[in-house]
Formats: sequence, C-alpha cells, structure tokens
Amino acid sequence: MAEASYPDDLKYHSEHDWARIEGDTATLGITWYAQDQLGEVVFFDPPAVGTSINKDSPYAEVESVKAVSDVVAPLSGEIIEVNEALKDSPEQINEDSYGEGWLVKIKLSDPSEGDSLMDAESYRQTLS
Amino acid sequence: MTITDNQLHGDPGIEAHEQHPQRSAIVETEQQRDRARTIYEKSKPGRRAFVAPELDVPKHELPERFRRAEAPKLPEIAEPEIVRHYNRLSKRNFDLDSGFYPLGSCTMKHNPKLHERVAALPGNARLHPLQNPKRAQGALELMYELQGALGEIAGLPHVSLQPSAGSHGELAGVLLTRAYHEDRGDHRTKILTPDTAHGTNPATVTMGGYEVVKVGTNADGGVDIEDLRAKADEQVACLMLTNPNTLGVFDTNIEEIAKIVHGVGATLYYDGANLNAVMGRTRPGDMGFDIVHFNLHKTFTQPHGGGGPGAGPIAVSDRIEPYITKPQVVKREDGTFDLDYDRPKSIGRLRGFQGNYGVFVRSYAYILSLGSDGLQEASETAVLNANYLLARLRQLGVTDLLPPAYDRLCMHEFVLSGAPMKRELGLRTLDLAKRLLDHSFHPPTVYFPLLVDEALLIEPTETETKETLDAFADALAQILREGAEDPEIARNAPYGTPVRRLDEAGAAKRPVIRQPL
Repeated sequence: MAEASYPDDLKYHSEHDWARIEGDTATLGITWYAQDQLGEVVFFDPPAVGTSINKDSPYAEVESVKAVSDVVAPLSGEIIEVNEALKDSPEQINEDSYGEGWLVKIKLSDPSEGDSLMDAESYRQTLS
Repeated sequence: MTITDNQLHGDPGIEAHEQHPQRSAIVETEQQRDRARTIYEKSKPGRRAFVAPELDVPKHELPERFRRAEAPKLPEIAEPEIVRHYNRLSKRNFDLDSGFYPLGSCTMKHNPKLHERVAALPGNARLHPLQNPKRAQGALELMYELQGALGEIAGLPHVSLQPSAGSHGELAGVLLTRAYHEDRGDHRTKILTPDTAHGTNPATVTMGGYEVVKVGTNADGGVDIEDLRAKADEQVACLMLTNPNTLGVFDTNIEEIAKIVHGVGATLYYDGANLNAVMGRTRPGDMGFDIVHFNLHKTFTQPHGGGGPGAGPIAVSDRIEPYITKPQVVKREDGTFDLDYDRPKSIGRLRGFQGNYGVFVRSYAYILSLGSDGLQEASETAVLNANYLLARLRQLGVTDLLPPAYDRLCMHEFVLSGAPMKRELGLRTLDLAKRLLDHSFHPPTVYFPLLVDEALLIEPTETETKETLDAFADALAQILREGAEDPEIARNAPYGTPVRRLDEAGAAKRPVIRQPL
C-alpha cells in the first residue's frame, strides 16, 4: 500500500499494532506506519500456537532489510492461529497490512483490555 | 525520465539530459553488461597457473588414511586470467583510495601508506606466531609499548591487546564485569545500554548472559538521567556507553552518570567506536569509565571495511586488572619482554596467538608518527570538519529537507533526518544514498541510529580536504534540487555503478548461498 491508511473498524496500540476484535477473539497485525518505517519485510518469526502473550510485551519479531524489530502485543491472550502464508510471502505485511498481512489470532484473556486501545482517529493523531 | 551516457560516466548532472531530451532509455554501462562470473565459471580442465619442478627426491606416498577420496575442486585457470579476474573485481568496488567514504558509525580515515611498509618488514610480517618469546623480543616490545600508549590515551593503566574487533572488546568487557562481580560473591543479572547504542552493545550483553535494559535519550541527545536513576539498581552489572554517542553528541552529564552507576556498584564500560572525536582532549578513565575498548582499525588506522582484520584492545582500571585476559605482555626486571600466564583470576584467553599483530604495527606507527600533539590535532580536525560540513549544509539549504536530529554543536559526526525530504519530495534516505553513488561518493550510514526517522549518520574524518567536503555538500544539494523536479531519477539510482539498485529483500528472502562446482 503506497498511501497511509488506518481503517475505522480496528483498534490501535501506541507501539503501532492493530487489533480486530471479534467477540472473545482478535486478529493482530502491524499498522501502515509500522510497515512503512520498517521498509521491506523479509521475515516474520511467529510464536507457537498455544503460547500466551501479554499486552504491551513483545510476542514476535519482524525482520526488514533495515532491522529486526519486536512486535508488541496490543492485547493479552493465547495464540490460536498464526498466518502461515507469511513464511513464504512476508511482503504481504507491507502490501496488505490489514488484510493478507495479518500476523496472529488470539483468544482474549481479558476482553475489557480492548477499551484501553485507541480508535483510528486518536492513533492517527499520535503520528503527526 | 532521461538518463544519458554523460550521467553514467561520472557526470550525474541533470543539465546533461536536458540537452539530450531524445534519449529516453537508461543506458547500460559496459561494466554493468559484464555480468559477474565466478572464478569457477572461468575454469577449464587442465589449465594451470604454475608448473611444478621435477621430482628430485625419492618418492614417498602419504598413507592411505591421510589421502582424500577425491581431488579438491579448485579452479583450473592460467596466471594472467587469475590476475585479471581479481583486478576486475577490485575495480567493481568502492574504497577509501577511490573517494570520500563518510560512513559514520565506522571511522573511514586515510590509512598512511608508510604503515604498510613497516607492517611488511620481514621481522614483522614473517615472525611465526609460536616463536619463543626470547626470540621475539622486538615484537613483544612493540606490543608492550603499544599497551602503554593506549593506556595513556584511555586514562586506564592496564591493557590487553587480545580482542580482535570492537565487538570482541565488548565481550571481553562484559566477561570482565562478570568476573569482577562474581569474585565478590555478587550475582547481578542486567546491563544497561542507551537506546542510541551501537547494535553490538545489546548483542554482546545477551551473549554474555545478561538481560538488556534500555535507557532513554533526553532532549539534548544524551542519556536521560532520570530514566537511568530509575533503572540503576543492585541487579545492574554495568552501563555500556559511547561518548560522544552515535548521535555525534558529547554527553556533558558523564560525571553524574558515572556517579549513579558506581553508586549501585556497577561498572561503566566505554565503547571506543567514537574515540576519534576526543583523543588528547579527554580520557575515558578520567570520565569515570572502568573498561574501554579501542577500535584500532578505526581510530588508529588500518585498512578495513571488508570484514577485517581489526583489533579491539581493552584498557581497564585497577579494580578490573586481576581478571584481564592472559597471557599478558610484560616487561621483566632484567628489561626483557615476556608472556605472563601466571594470572589465577584471569578470564583466560580470548584469541589464539597474540592478536592481529599487523594491526598493532600500523597503530603503533600511527601513534609514534603523530605523537600526543598530533593525535589531539587529529581529533580536533575531525570535529572541525564535521561542524564545517554541517554548517555548509545549512548554508546551502540542505538542512531544510534534511535537518539535524539534534541541533547543537556536533562532535566528529552528526545525524540528519530525511523525514522532511520523504514528506516533501517523496524521496527516502535510501534513494538519496543510492543517488550519491552516481556522484562518486560512498553514502553515509543510513537508518542508524534507529531512533532518528530516515537517519543519515555522516562522519567526514580529519583526513578530508575542504574541497572534498564542499563537493559532498554540493552533491547533496544537487540531489535535493533534482528531486524537487523529478524524484524518479533518485528513486531509480544508481545508474553508473557496476550493479544498479539491488533487491535487498530478495537477497534476504531467497539467498543464493551455494555455487554448483
């Protein structure tokens, strides 16, 4: 995606992660800003299914041509699925960061945590 | 977009293509058409570069068990073809002998050719590393004298020449820190590094078995004192610091920092990567550091940049001395030099033999030929050159699109942010760096330090002339002017280099690491 975008149906974390909350599960990924800062992503190292992750703590790594960076969990929970397709095509994180470039799905351990995340407009303001 | 032959052959000016609007294709240079071929692809069965003399002694065959099952797969090639192969490869490289190399994060200063002469003297070049110390007195004396000189420059009396790189010196420092604490029955778990640190610092901490704790940066580009105070506790073994730091900023709070770190019983480690800024002006030992590493290949001249050889000696304070590496080069009471293995608390050996001796010879020659006044002048000129270049970039308006990350007097290097350029022109720092190659300049370090958006880290060094610095500033200004008219030119750069824009992501994702023989 060449143009910055921050969909309204997502929740955002200050460490440039997004969460799509559906009931007691959520899909997680990194924002357009994050992938733009990283540059071309060449590798995604996901956690194993069944791992517990904690809000505000790193749960995975993305490697770009510039650097290796931690991915911070916007919410707490247990990994129930990882995006296996990223093994072969990590560039999806750049090309479609809110769609094919999703990273993991989790079962939320505390659905109320979602209230502490930002909406698209507030997140956008933190970037300017 | 139009790129002409003129641009490809060293004149990247846009004037040229305006004169030839009919030229619309990017022309491939002869060097680019010459696809890289490995020496194995040039191999022909039976060709040789030498003729073995006839056997004039009785023939003895190696016992069967020592023989290879099949002959090694060596290229079969004639001598002139070998010479041409490597000569051709050398022309496809960019090096300090070809042009300005303002790398930043790694000092790329001129390496006097005199040093090559002394390093090549037979007594230096042909000395066997296992020679008995009694018959290697000259070499040991040189090492002993170099230890003394480095100790004086660091302001810390005890020196080990063993570590072979800056990162190796860091590892020595972390192991010494561990030995120091453990010897006192003090088991600590964490080491602090600023968020501006060289990437090797946290890597070394992890390798040394400690947890990395990052300390923030204040508005002036120095260590955030309050953050340091909050994180410095009895579990902290050490703070690793570079001063001046990777932002080219001298941390004037260093005495306060040392007080906080020593107050919790931790050691203070000096990453000597930026020592080129302060030689003779200030000494890490006087600032309160316990352990220092030197990058002899940066500060004390040694051709490097192709992966070595380097040397990362360390200097330490009295309280760290019992744990330093062994053997140490010592002077005995009768005036002879020897290797001292009798060091019961030593962390041991970090390297085979005595280190990269050729590097020691060059650095010793450098220190002796400059003397203390000369070393101080070198650092002063390095700082002057960096500030001149920054002032020149301001004068040309370059800093409107590439502002300094921290707007204050810099030391030997400074960091610009390409964020406004990206916003206004749609050009990334990477594009600018690639376009610089068409102006025959090696780009500075890009995208480091990580906390500066679209960073460019520029270090001109003391060995460049005013004319070179002016030409570099002009090139940056011209690339920005060109980018305002047609950003596509820089986005597709470079044009005249042996290879064009490389697919870095592809190289990381689908590396070709084996060549079929």
